[in-house]
Amino acid sequence: MSDFFSIFLISMLAKNPLVFLFLGLCSFIGVTKKVSEAFSMSMAVIFVTFMAQQVTFFLHIPLVSIGVEFLRLLVFIMVIAALVQTVEIVMKKFLPVLHRAFGVYLPLITTNCLVLYVALEQVFRDYSYLQATAFGLGTGSGYLIMMVIMAGLRERFELSNIPPIMKGTAMILLIACLFSLIMQGTSGIGG
Amino acid sequence: MQTGKTLIVWDTFWGEVVERNWVLKLMIGMCPTLAVSTSVANCISMGAAATFALVCSSVLISALRKHIPDGVRIVLFIAIIASFVIMVEYFVHAYSLTLYEALGTFLALIVVNCILLGHAEAYAYKNSILATAVNAFGAGVGFTFALLCIGIPREILGNGTLAGFNIVWENFQPWLIFSSPTGGFLMLMFCVMIINYLAERKNKKMTSEKGPALRSSQAKQGGCHE
Repeated sequence: MSDFFSIFLISMLAKNPLVFLFLGLCSFIGVTKKVSEAFSMSMAVIFVTFMAQQVTFFLHIPLVSIGVEFLRLLVFIMVIAALVQTVEIVMKKFLPVLHRAFGVYLPLITTNCLVLYVALEQVFRDYSYLQATAFGLGTGSGYLIMMVIMAGLRERFELSNIPPIMKGTAMILLIACLFSLIMQGTSGIGG
Repeated sequence: MQTGKTLIVWDTFWGEVVERNWVLKLMIGMCPTLAVSTSVANCISMGAAATFALVCSSVLISALRKHIPDGVRIVLFIAIIASFVIMVEYFVHAYSLTLYEALGTFLALIVVNCILLGHAEAYAYKNSILATAVNAFGAGVGFTFALLCIGIPREILGNGTLAGFNIVWENFQPWLIFSSPTGGFLMLMFCVMIINYLAERKNKKMTSEKGPALRSSQAKQGGCHE
């Protein structure tokens, strides 16, 4: 069980997906204009990452047993695309409130590097079921933390006087750079 | 006639490399750009791998564009791209194990690189095979160029070498921050700042009386919205 928490903490803080592994940077720049938007996007990502991780974990066992491991990448990306579509349809029918909150972000997640990274990396690292679950949840939470912090900071920047050449993307990258230093400082947590 | 055609091809190619550079101008496909750009060797191999996958998948999509139904096109694009990325992955694995370990999962993550899907959707699905091949090659070279822009300073400052050769003076202390993820963000920020500065100067020249009307166009870019 201690394994569970240490993997969760490491993948959330020290190996933060956004500022340490550079996964999903497109959404980091595109969808952090408002805190509410960033929060919905992150919740959608956590949800899809968790679902995809669970499905691909069990799907990899038959892939190995019939010896077609080289199809792993193709199968995983297809499963993720299909899963996102299914989740969207089911959610639209049964949970319209949640669907409205996730809105346009759900289909975008198919091309988010984070989901495929979690699916592939749990296989590369030979994680057990519990470890893989912790890894998926931790990575998703790390994404949530950075997205919300960045969106909050960006709401403040709207009012401040930034030099023209630093406006927009350059400023976001500078902040990301500082947070990457902060996250490296947490590398002792979790053992 | 012949020279005119060559000129058009060159224009398309050069435009993709410099003027519409996917990474530096459009801020698309940054994940692998920052993650693998710690050394020049990694940059070039990652660029070559992505260029191969990009050109092959774009040409195939362009060849099949009349047979791909509109409703399922994204799924088919991803399937085509994934097949070529699997080829690249297995080739690198067989060719050099050190390279395979250095690039890690990011080699497989070319599948979800927005450049490939974006190019398939925006260009390959609508244009002829030859035009697509030139354009895709230009986009691939532009991606490699952006990787090198970030990778060369990072390797010199973070490691004291350039493409494996020692080029700094004797008592040089490597700046470890440049080989850590922080350095990637820092170098990309400098690149974006230089581009912003050049755009700003161009704007000032063009609209000396209109004032900073065009200034905000730079700030709006960013993010991929497939």
